[in-house]
Amino acid sequence: MRGTAPAVQRRTLTGWGRTAPSAADVASPRSPDEVASLVAAPRVGGDRPHRGVLARGLGRSYGDAAQNAGGLVLDMTGCDRILAVDVEERVVRVEAGVSIDALTRTLLPLGLWLPVVPGTRQVTVGGAIAADVHGKNHHVSGSFGAHVLALDLVAADGEVRTLTPDGPGAEAFWATVGGMGLTGVVVRATLSCIPAETAYAVVRTERARDLDHLLDLLAEDDPDPYSVAWFDALARGPRMGRAVLTRGRLAQVGDLPARLAKHPSSFGAASRGPAVPVLPHGLLNRAMGRAFNELWFRKAPARPTTDVQPLGAFFQPLDGVRDWNRVYGPRGFCQYQFVVPESETDAFRRAVALIAGSGHPSCLNVLKRMGESGPGLLSFPAPGWTLAVDLPVGPGLDRLLDGLDDLVLGAGGRVYLAKDSRLRPDAVEAMYPRLGQFRSARRVLDPDGLFVSDLARRVLL
Amino acid sequence: MLDATGRPRSLFLLGGTSDIALAVAERYAARTPGLRVVLAARPGERRDAAVSRLQGLGCEVHAVDLEARSVESHEQAVRAAAGHGDLDVSVVAYGVLGDNERAWTDVAAGTELAEVNFVGPLAAGILLGEQVRRQGHGVVVALSSVAAERPRRSNFVYGATKAGTDAFFTGLGEALREHGGHVLVVRPGFVRSKMTAGLDPAPLATDPGHVADAVLAAVDARREQVWVPGAMRGVMVVLRHLPRPVFRRLPI
Repeated sequence: MRGTAPAVQRRTLTGWGRTAPSAADVASPRSPDEVASLVAAPRVGGDRPHRGVLARGLGRSYGDAAQNAGGLVLDMTGCDRILAVDVEERVVRVEAGVSIDALTRTLLPLGLWLPVVPGTRQVTVGGAIAADVHGKNHHVSGSFGAHVLALDLVAADGEVRTLTPDGPGAEAFWATVGGMGLTGVVVRATLSCIPAETAYAVVRTERARDLDHLLDLLAEDDPDPYSVAWFDALARGPRMGRAVLTRGRLAQVGDLPARLAKHPSSFGAASRGPAVPVLPHGLLNRAMGRAFNELWFRKAPARPTTDVQPLGAFFQPLDGVRDWNRVYGPRGFCQYQFVVPESETDAFRRAVALIAGSGHPSCLNVLKRMGESGPGLLSFPAPGWTLAVDLPVGPGLDRLLDGLDDLVLGAGGRVYLAKDSRLRPDAVEAMYPRLGQFRSARRVLDPDGLFVSDLARRVLL
Repeated sequence: MLDATGRPRSLFLLGGTSDIALAVAERYAARTPGLRVVLAARPGERRDAAVSRLQGLGCEVHAVDLEARSVESHEQAVRAAAGHGDLDVSVVAYGVLGDNERAWTDVAAGTELAEVNFVGPLAAGILLGEQVRRQGHGVVVALSSVAAERPRRSNFVYGATKAGTDAFFTGLGEALREHGGHVLVVRPGFVRSKMTAGLDPAPLATDPGHVADAVLAAVDARREQVWVPGAMRGVMVVLRHLPRPVFRRLPI
């Protein structure tokens, strides 16, 4: 028995980068049943013909992946129940709108942690599956989808299908993992967990003096499962690519100093830091970017150190700053993340040089080594070097990013769709070799193309 | 939709042979390889020339007929344009200067000017607004004029028609905000173009290329009003507030 469909409200939506807004009719279903009834009979305000349906989580995709101009958008954050936790088997079953934040806060006191957490906990499980997100341990544990044991998908006919990574539904499962919400609406998921004795990580921090040094450090055999580098995207010449590398593992009780060992699983308060005001356009200029990059580098100890950090501080440092995306001014910003094969260090170096020499200031620059790809047909992760930069929108950014696309394509790499807001269809076609297979799988699940997004329209997925 | 860096996939020009419309198209064509352009204008040599000029820039061009004085023709043109896909940026660019002395003494001449410069754009704005609401996005650029801001003895009928258009599109921008729409009202001063051929340029005269540059910059910044050249804004602030006895003595 299906519930009655909730009311819709027209809203203008953007991604986290605050670029390219579009309006959609937003419905906020409170249960998977309501999702199913909305999908089966999508209604929009007035007499407009409908332009498809899309699920949206917490809106942390940087670009237009969670927008559906003129269509129906399902705000999934109302479907956020944690249905069951099996501590013995280390398995949790949730509704897809639950945030990673809420989920980890529930799991930690039970001695559990998620095998893959992204750089922000403010994403939903459904969003994490749709973008097949990765974390600092990708080279060891793969992406989020590798730890999804089953998911319930509301397909275009309004029926719920339970999909698993193997067996008859496998093709649909791997089209949905990384499928950017275009195969249907994930309403529930079963995830495997890993044990976590404490809410802390043991973190080693060291500086790399330049890009070569950094790549050498990252290529080393590493006993720790988590590693990531922040690098200076403005330093040029001999200091190009200087970086702060952090590597870590989940702490055990024995790792903690006495004052922390008393409450080893305390995750810390839910309150977050101050909101960032919208800066007038151009305030985040090159000088400020340079100062920030300098400061960030200097903040790290000159000699390698090891310390114990709260998991939140290690995994999601920016979650402490509310609305940090507003710092880039009213025109917003593009996050550009690409991966190129490990052998393509030259292309990687040229990309870093192109960014550093471009005059576009970037502050949040992340570099890491990725492990093997998963089976997700549109998943981003691939073995090699990945780099992410945040670039405020301004004149000439289109040409810089087109130039980077060419470099990445030439090196056999790809750009992350969950962060993209400007790729062109031909580039996506060349970057994602399994796109044809994805399209066939999507046609089977959704022959009339009910599920659609601004991203899908733009790059013709 | 325009992407994050301001690249549209499609452009709809109403009055597609206007110098300003074509200058806008050239600039967007440079941003977006293979840009789809729907060019609505009266059929004829000028339209053919505009089509081949844009094809030469790598655009996918579709020509549709548009008669500025016919509301029905506007309906057909917008429907045809939307049939090729979403309208990312639409430019309402047609208009005539007219003969002010005839226009204020001859009913037929005056109302013709109003039909071309106001009734037509109003119909276009209503139809484009409908399309924006359906799409959930869309930029509409309307060519107004500084003449819309304060009537002058020498061109007040033209100014009256542009004032109507200016007010309508300014309000349309408010109405379409919640639907993801963005309306830009452009107020150029004297533009050296086909429309003003044979006239003596006024101070701060500009050309279609500058107007187009200003249009793209304003669309990028999601601005709702732009004067071209930019200095015209300050000039008009002063002119708007001059006492009439002073204003009428100015050599403009």
